Amino acid sequence: MTVNRRACLLFALMAAALLAVGFGQSWSLSLTILNLCLISAIMSLGLNMQWGYAGLFNVGVMGFAALGGVAAVLVSQPPVPAAWSAGAGDLGLTVLALIATIAVIVMVRRAMPKGPLRAAVTFVLAIAGYGFVRIFFDPATEAIEAVDPSKSGYLGGLGLPVIIAWPVGGLIAAGAAWMVGKIALGLRADYLAIATLGISEIVLAMLKHEDWLTRGVKNVAGLARPVPYEIELQTTEWFLALSQTLGVSPTEASSVFVKLCYALLFTAVLLAVLWLAEKALHSPWGRMMRAIRDNEISAEAMGKDVTRRHLQIFVLGAAVVGLAGAMLVTLDGQFTPGTYNPLRYTFLIWVMVIVGGSGNNWGAVLGGFLVWFVWVEAEPAGLWLMDMATAGMGADSPLRAHLIESAPHMRLFVMGLILLLVLRFSPRGLLPAQTRH
Amino acid sequence: MEDLLNAIVLLCNFVIVPALAYGAQLALGALGVTLIYGILRFSNFAHGDLMAFATMIVILVTWVLQDAGIGIAPLPTALLALPVGILGAIAISLVTDRWVYRFYRERKSAPVTFVIASIGVMFMLNGIVRVVIGPDDQSFADGSRFLLEVGEFREWTGLKEGLAIKMSQALTLAVAVLCVGALFYFLQRTRAGKAMRAYSDNEDLALLSGVDPARVVFYAWVIAAALATIAGTLYGLDKSFKPFTYFQLLLPIFAAAIVGGIGQPLGAIVGGFIVAFSEVMITYAYRKFLLYLLPQEWVPDGLVQLLSTDYKFAISFVILVVVLLVRPTGVFRGKVI
Repeated sequence: MTVNRRACLLFALMAAALLAVGFGQSWSLSLTILNLCLISAIMSLGLNMQWGYAGLFNVGVMGFAALGGVAAVLVSQPPVPAAWSAGAGDLGLTVLALIATIAVIVMVRRAMPKGPLRAAVTFVLAIAGYGFVRIFFDPATEAIEAVDPSKSGYLGGLGLPVIIAWPVGGLIAAGAAWMVGKIALGLRADYLAIATLGISEIVLAMLKHEDWLTRGVKNVAGLARPVPYEIELQTTEWFLALSQTLGVSPTEASSVFVKLCYALLFTAVLLAVLWLAEKALHSPWGRMMRAIRDNEISAEAMGKDVTRRHLQIFVLGAAVVGLAGAMLVTLDGQFTPGTYNPLRYTFLIWVMVIVGGSGNNWGAVLGGFLVWFVWVEAEPAGLWLMDMATAGMGADSPLRAHLIESAPHMRLFVMGLILLLVLRFSPRGLLPAQTRH
Repeated sequence: MEDLLNAIVLLCNFVIVPALAYGAQLALGALGVTLIYGILRFSNFAHGDLMAFATMIVILVTWVLQDAGIGIAPLPTALLALPVGILGAIAISLVTDRWVYRFYRERKSAPVTFVIASIGVMFMLNGIVRVVIGPDDQSFADGSRFLLEVGEFREWTGLKEGLAIKMSQALTLAVAVLCVGALFYFLQRTRAGKAMRAYSDNEDLALLSGVDPARVVFYAWVIAAALATIAGTLYGLDKSFKPFTYFQLLLPIFAAAIVGGIGQPLGAIVGGFIVAFSEVMITYAYRKFLLYLLPQEWVPDGLVQLLSTDYKFAISFVILVVVLLVRPTGVFRGKVI
């Protein structure tokens, strides 16, 4: 069977599975899964660029997704004027102090000859500069966090429409990726993996603990939406009429309608990213990337700047992941740094790419859909299985209660199993990348 | 003079003793990572979860023993359960090697394939641990909590500051010294250990000299699993057991292994202490310490903490990056991945 026919078949099966959930469980649930499938597909497209096109082993997907998510807060939330007036002056001084520190370090480094002395002086200056910056930074954050801490206690955002946050999320993630890439991309695969793992933990620690910027673990709830609210729909004339003609209750109809709106938006983004990714992959640039991935030394010998190309694709992939991260937070309607978990946001995306077929954009999309679907549906399935398996134990057995309670964690096991099986028996994934000669 | 002594005791109590114990735990973990790297030539991302899995078995056996009233007070019961945990960890390691890694070894797959496979193993172990014992904190420490209590120390010395040494800390250091001693004896003196070092240094030459690769791999897993169990149990006794924390230990453990020079057992130990001491020293608030040493008006108002404890990952990471940029082979000239 050619890859194209297999792709059609697998996507049709995926659609059938979502429809089955719609008929069997509920349409609202089916659309919830679909929306997250779409976002997962975009994330795995981003990772596929890094891993599939260029062979960069990025285990920091979570960090870039969270940075995208914070964009939703920073763009769409209304600003908190009291916090700005309390802390803006000191924050401005902080920025000036930071610039001054960097300027001094750069000047000193230019003036001194290379060697251990210069490294030592740089180190001392960096420590001193850090202390200097904190003289302004600490009171600023304290003042901001003291402003009505139960409701705000942070600077707020720009108060712009939340859609703008999506590209901004991509930009923030791209900026972070540029800095990370500058440091870590010279490293070989294993080291890059460990470095990106560390960076994603650091990013998350910052989002959790820099309350003045993100409210930290106090979370930001009630983010603006790009689609109408259910409550509004339920009081709108045309919508009530519509739900009556369809014969469903306005509550259910409004919930399905809102999710459909999201699904349309997300599909549009996914198609746009996918189209661009396909164009890029089949352009001379894409060929160059694959050449670098397959043999760095020969690509370098042909005059390709491997380091720069790696940096470029790393930044691009991170931008796509950041975009998806912003969309995810928009869909949730809240930013909760405490819920980011590397298993869910980094390694699950890896499973998507490997299962789908690394190097193939359609594969990444399929992997995103399939793995997310299994991830969600493994929970009720695991519960049901556990319930069956322990049915003989009697209703009040504590072991049974414990097993049923912990059954949802079975999906981690299932994910690992799927990854290992695909890696072993179909190492190029469900939709292998096609090589044209 | 008394102020100076007080300052030193303060530093011992909050920095040196905790960092020694933490460093020993990291060193035991890093030894496992470095051995697997030296022999199987990949970074084992499942090591943190192997530690969690092994500790889980130890905890379950400890609970059974506690219920049966068996104990070795003042030492924690977990020590009795340790052998069972080690056997469990060895069993699961050998099973994963047989079913997962051996296939790729025989095909001589790229190291990155092994790493992805280890991510799969990580997921599975993580799932098992969460299903069996749940994702929450579990406590299993018993026996006496302190070897030396603050009050006692103050009475002895008449100082204002007290020094406490937790039983788990003393135990960690004692067990770590024993383990490292045994490991080095094995690697330096026994035939199997020499075969392992030869295999790690140069695979082809070792094979030509008649080293059996299957045996070497077997020993590597057995040792790594045993060390992971001990490291995980000691960490759990010292702090607490939570599956997710064990996963997060991966970063400082890798940092320790790389700082010391990956594939170098001695390096893993030194690296463990470097990472632990940097973490504790940089996140410690020095205000009280400075108050003993400097006149009051010289001491700044803040906590004099370089970095809040929330950012301790950043420290492992910065150490890692600096080492990779300045001396990629690590302190002890290990391999470069």
